[in-house]
Amino acid sequence: MNLRRDVFQAISDPTRRAILLLVASQAMSAGAIAANFDTARPTVSRHLHILTECELLTQEQNGREIFYQTNIIKMKAIADFIEPFRQMWDERFNKLEDIMKKHPRKK
Amino acid sequence: MEQKTKIHAEDGKQELTITRSFDLPVDLLFIAYTDPEIVEQWMGTKVIKLENKNHGGYQFETTDPMGNKHLFSGCIHEIIENNSIIRTFEMNNTPFPVQLEYLQFEAVTDNTSLLTMHVIYKSVAIRDQILKLPFAQGINMAHNRIQEIQSKI
Repeated sequence: MNLRRDVFQAISDPTRRAILLLVASQAMSAGAIAANFDTARPTVSRHLHILTECELLTQEQNGREIFYQTNIIKMKAIADFIEPFRQMWDERFNKLEDIMKKHPRKK
Repeated sequence: MEQKTKIHAEDGKQELTITRSFDLPVDLLFIAYTDPEIVEQWMGTKVIKLENKNHGGYQFETTDPMGNKHLFSGCIHEIIENNSIIRTFEMNNTPFPVQLEYLQFEAVTDNTSLLTMHVIYKSVAIRDQILKLPFAQGINMAHNRIQEIQSKI
């Protein structure tokens, strides 16, 4: 249960979601992954660490470099990516609620 | 903590249900769906047309950070004030087919309400593809520097 929550936290970040999509088709080194982002390399490393820790990514040593790839079984476990969809709606509805709380009520 | 927005999507079904509880009276929640200016604010879209009547139509337009315009539109089949909206929804110029949406607005107390959105898609495959859309959007952010900068403005 706790682990499950960690997985959802892991994919709540847009950069981490992008990393998962990047490596979905092929295993990539940390350097190759970082090259796709504007973010500083240590930040990308931190994201990779979190994704590996909650087992969404698996590591494989290849010569001097570590390659990352998605853990298909774990990815399936996050209910086919429903969580980002839920968060998209949650953000919209939060906005709606904030706006309407300030709205004068017609009576 | 209990999540305010819940998605219920069973495996192998072409529908899903979104529920959300609001700290708002039901009439204010309904206004958020029918007042064009307010829709623009929380949906982040431009409202071109919004006919709140039976057999009315609506059309929204969003502009992405690259300046591309995306149209969303549909027909309002039935609308009952502070109660329900039955409408279709379509992302124009995309391969995604029209979906049918049943929106139910319910008062829980005088100051709280519940929204239930029952969405029916053309097929199981289409539903699952649409579920993955927000996920796919992450990649654009990663790949496009300009997009990332502009979205912050």
